[in-house]
Amino acid sequence: MDELRDLNTMPVPSELSNNVFVTTIDRFVSYIYNWGRKRSVWPMMFGLACCAIEMICAAASRFDIARFGSELMRPSPRQADLMIVSGTVTKKMVPQIVRLYNQMPEPKYVISMGACATGGGPFKEGYNVVSGIDKFIPVDVYVPGCPPRPEALLQGLLKLYEKIERQSVRAVPWYQRGESEAIPVPILGPDLIDPRRLPEIRARLAELRARQGASTETSS
Amino acid sequence: MTTPTKTKAAPLAELKGDLAVLKEKFGDAVQPAEYEGVVIANDVLVEAARFIRDELGYRYLSSVTAVDYIQEGYFEVVYHAYRLEGGGPLVFKARTPRDVATVPSLVSVWPGADFQEREAWDLMGIRFAGHPNLKRILLWEGFHGHPLRKDWKEPYYEEEHKPFSSRWPSGHHVRAEDRVFWHDNVQYPLDWDPDQVEDTSDELLYIGMGQFARAETGELVEPKSLRTERLVVNMGPQHPSTHGVFRMVVTLDGETIVRLEPVMGYLHRNHEKIGERNMYLQNMPYTDRLDYICSMSNNLGYAIAVEKLLGIKPPERAEYLRVIMAEFTRIVNHLWAIGFLLNDLGAFFTPALYAIEERELILDLFEEASGSRMMCNYMRFGGVAHDVSDDWIARAKELVYNRLPRAIEELDRYLTHNELIKARCQGVGVLPPDLAVAYSTAGPVLRASGVPYDVRRAEPYSIYDRFDFDVAVRYNGDVYDRYLIRIDEMWQSLRILRQALDQIPKGEIQAGKKQYMIRVPAGQAYGRVENPKGELGFYIVSDGSPNPYRYHIRAPSFINLTALNEMCKGHKVADVVVILGSIDIVLGEVDR
Repeated sequence: MDELRDLNTMPVPSELSNNVFVTTIDRFVSYIYNWGRKRSVWPMMFGLACCAIEMICAAASRFDIARFGSELMRPSPRQADLMIVSGTVTKKMVPQIVRLYNQMPEPKYVISMGACATGGGPFKEGYNVVSGIDKFIPVDVYVPGCPPRPEALLQGLLKLYEKIERQSVRAVPWYQRGESEAIPVPILGPDLIDPRRLPEIRARLAELRARQGASTETSS
Repeated sequence: MTTPTKTKAAPLAELKGDLAVLKEKFGDAVQPAEYEGVVIANDVLVEAARFIRDELGYRYLSSVTAVDYIQEGYFEVVYHAYRLEGGGPLVFKARTPRDVATVPSLVSVWPGADFQEREAWDLMGIRFAGHPNLKRILLWEGFHGHPLRKDWKEPYYEEEHKPFSSRWPSGHHVRAEDRVFWHDNVQYPLDWDPDQVEDTSDELLYIGMGQFARAETGELVEPKSLRTERLVVNMGPQHPSTHGVFRMVVTLDGETIVRLEPVMGYLHRNHEKIGERNMYLQNMPYTDRLDYICSMSNNLGYAIAVEKLLGIKPPERAEYLRVIMAEFTRIVNHLWAIGFLLNDLGAFFTPALYAIEERELILDLFEEASGSRMMCNYMRFGGVAHDVSDDWIARAKELVYNRLPRAIEELDRYLTHNELIKARCQGVGVLPPDLAVAYSTAGPVLRASGVPYDVRRAEPYSIYDRFDFDVAVRYNGDVYDRYLIRIDEMWQSLRILRQALDQIPKGEIQAGKKQYMIRVPAGQAYGRVENPKGELGFYIVSDGSPNPYRYHIRAPSFINLTALNEMCKGHKVADVVVILGSIDIVLGEVDR
């Protein structure tokens, strides 16, 4: 209640100071609402690579993610609040990940677990590896490590709680007018194609062709 | 650009033993190769393979891989075949010029060559004439180029070999995105039209399965001649039972499986390409991430392969430490496998929790010894990275003598005679012994089918010849036996651990002094170890430089999957989950 009292802008008579508090509707509703949902963030049962093993360990008896209300791993994205991207994101897998993200109902959150999901990690130079999942979907919390220990994942979860706590019901995108837009699913062509970048790809390809043409002309 | 150089030794002067028999039979079609083995002419390859299998008795084809000798202008396909009675390999090779890139397929002789040949086609671009299903396996249909060819450059290409001169000795890190033309880890061929973007990888897969054809309008339709009631169901890559990002395209007749096509590559992290850029020691932490449950024994396999080339042996204490770590890893893996097999059977998470509890205790030991719970990076060439204290040994003994036997006993008591487990597992996913050998399966899958083949016995490495243990074997080849064999193997591992922990001597843990950049003499080596999941092999070709010229991993999970279709046929769709669980795959190793 302390933090709510801090919001008080009106003087309260001293005899009433322990009985009433004054706040804005938005902050009050947000507080109750966020307090309720931050302790039951259900992750999606979704493992990609090595980090998934540590994610399972975090759910097991020693580290026990249930203490934080997130033990219900849902196999279906439709029932999940949180996607833990636990492992290397490959080009072949990223269309599925984006599709799963699009299928999650809002509000939805993403934890990028480990070096690979965050930026490619030790496999960044690989030809089939995406340099971080945040190139495609928005990430809320990054957990470093290769793999992060289960404690680190729990710390990431606590950070997510802090983030949820600060969200205002009035400002969050999923209560705004209109539908939120789905992220275009990447396409597997000769290489991975991000549909949002198509105009840029087109321009760069033209530039490359022109350059190639010029070099063959000068050589002949 | 510097082209990789290759210093080739002179071919072996004379052939001995079975190679001589082979030479006598096929005459000039068999020529001695450099370092080891023979080169067999393509026109007699299939016939010679049959001779090797039937007459010479090398019934088990362990590894098929390809090497790109760009300097000499040919590809070489390397086969390692073994006798089930034990002993060394018979190495034979086939060559094809780079512009032809075709060799006969050996799937008709060894069905186990199936996935390995597809991998060679996918990554190296070698066609295997006569292969029944020559499609890409790790990458998707439509990917440009064949990445393991020496003249193929990845988008973030910087230099042929590490350490990159931009970073070392005086450089600094530059974000790869800022350095490359596309500003991302992608590259597109010049002749590609971005207005024609269409993802056809799945359609090509279905067409390849004979399930669909493309109509003139461009749509996928069922071919008229094949109008059936069959249903195609995708399981994965996001599916709670596939142990990661594995996908199975199952053709069903009602609920019965007619055909199962495994689709993999969703975790293809390009180990081999990265490994060929790395220095030898830099590959050690990458091996951790192959089969990420058994990082210690992966380290061991790689260390043994490189030590073969270096010709060094670790000191006694290091050998013991290696065996202790490898056997602990086996227990970790089998606990995990059993816990998650039960998960797949529907006993959701409770048995797994018991298994993980014990695993954590072993991981504590690993962490103290190596500094990391999971990715241990513990072995070095000629030794191990860190010594362990007496206290560590005492705690390991406590685990081995008291805690783990009770835990395994408990699993055994609750699970082995459980009626539900018997009902779901017995007679399901049967793999007869002859097929298990033909499909090159390894480890528990092979031994549960009645073939007592264990690399620790068949071709002892490290100091396994000193320990008293039995090769566990079961004879029914079903899911239940694959479960039982894991219990048996844990008991055998405990036996080895007891002996090793009691006998471990004091002393050095590293032969010579620690080196970052080792120089490995030119040569070829195939080092293999009995990993918990089966035979893990590293095929390394060295050209004498600080980087491996070719670095290939024979992954047991990957090759065991070759038999999955055979095991699943005729069973119900619910059994697929259990059968897959009993093979015990790890996607890091399947896809590499």
